[in-house]
Amino acid sequence: MTDHVEPASHPAPDPADAHGSVYDGLLDGDPSHWAFGTDFEDPLAGVDTTIPQGVDAHDLGTYCLMLADDALIASQRLSQWTSRAPDLEEDIALANIALDLLGQARLLLARAAAADPSVVPTLPEGSPVPPEDALAFFRESGEFRNVRLVETDNGDFAVTIVKLLVLATARLALLERLASSRDHVLAAVAAKGVKELTYHRDYAGRWFLTLAQGTDESRRRLDAALATVWPLQAELFATHEVERRVAEAGVGVDPATIADDVAVVLAQVFAVSGVDQPTQGALAGVQGRQGRDGLHTEALSLLLSEMQVVARAHPMGRW
Amino acid sequence: MAIARTVTDPEMPMLTLEDLGVLRSVDVDDDGGVVVSITPTYTGCPAMATMRDDLVRSLQEAGLPDARVRVSLSPAWSSDWITERGRRALADHGLSAPGRAPARSGPVALSLMPTRREIACPRCGCADTELTSEFGPTACKALYRCTSCLEPFEHVKEI
Repeated sequence: MTDHVEPASHPAPDPADAHGSVYDGLLDGDPSHWAFGTDFEDPLAGVDTTIPQGVDAHDLGTYCLMLADDALIASQRLSQWTSRAPDLEEDIALANIALDLLGQARLLLARAAAADPSVVPTLPEGSPVPPEDALAFFRESGEFRNVRLVETDNGDFAVTIVKLLVLATARLALLERLASSRDHVLAAVAAKGVKELTYHRDYAGRWFLTLAQGTDESRRRLDAALATVWPLQAELFATHEVERRVAEAGVGVDPATIADDVAVVLAQVFAVSGVDQPTQGALAGVQGRQGRDGLHTEALSLLLSEMQVVARAHPMGRW
Repeated sequence: MAIARTVTDPEMPMLTLEDLGVLRSVDVDDDGGVVVSITPTYTGCPAMATMRDDLVRSLQEAGLPDARVRVSLSPAWSSDWITERGRRALADHGLSAPGRAPARSGPVALSLMPTRREIACPRCGCADTELTSEFGPTACKALYRCTSCLEPFEHVKEI
């Protein structure tokens, strides 16, 4: 969104030193100021998308989908708080975090498409939908590779905070390592994401502490949230075959290698908050399949139906 | 370069893209076309398309019809890249400029207490200010309030 310039405290822009007033775009019919996203563009334009030697293109594409889908689905969930958060500051904070994750998802989906075009759904000929949008809006739930943690309902504010704490802690640890990936795009996205996730993790950690040490009611809700969310965290550290292979190729990170570091950070939050380490076991997969294999809960189908409905109704990008 | 330098940020129009540190380079490619590199402040920055359009339009108006804009993802943007002139422009417009970005070596440390920043109110100069939220109206800002004049203000975050 564009900040509005307050007449009282801001001098009017000098037409001579820039391209004139911010309202000029409305007057001379320049469409670029009407809305963001009125035209399509490649978010990786000009970025070196050569596939590093020694890694299978399909593996790289699939791995990018895993990283992207965690961010995309978490972003969609968090954005459901918009206009419904406990207060305006939290509304803005959750929307900001959702926006950061959406930005990461967009680049990662574009990377997936550039690495292996075969992962992109086929659209009618002449459709202007770019590959990253085709991946976001035209895949079925069974083709999503996110962990189930991110797709489950927001619950109350405590559930959202516990989910965000677990996700941000794990993703930060992962991206810190991914920043040295041999893939230039993954390394760049990771290095940037580390800075963003540092804010996300601190935000969730502070709210965790606040809820734990707040009132009896906030503590009751936090304890209940922890019991609800904890079975979903183990999946973040279960190594998928594709993750193992891209890690061996020096392109990805084996998530099992971050488990200890994540546990240390979470234990620190629990200790400061006076909360016992949860003991609930992991949510089972089905015949060994979990979110990374495309096995999901009903919650993802419902989320996708809302997220995808407009794009699917207009695959030619016109209405 | 001189033309690209004049283009302002769509969300903070008191700053040029150069002052914000978003404008990374202007080169001429083998075919004689101008290639401008910009980098996003945050990955999800929704203003990138507008920045690109503004740059292309300014260069076209200056007689460079084939100007292209490429996105440079690495190195990641740092608030340390905001120029001295940019910092003054922020302050002149009631925004608080960022301090030094945290230097990182080793794992990122967890911080469970509110971020401590020594920030003076950009309106009255009072040093007694309080953090309202680490997240503000755009991805790159935090919200503060002055305890003296009671005015809220935005602080560009260190990143």
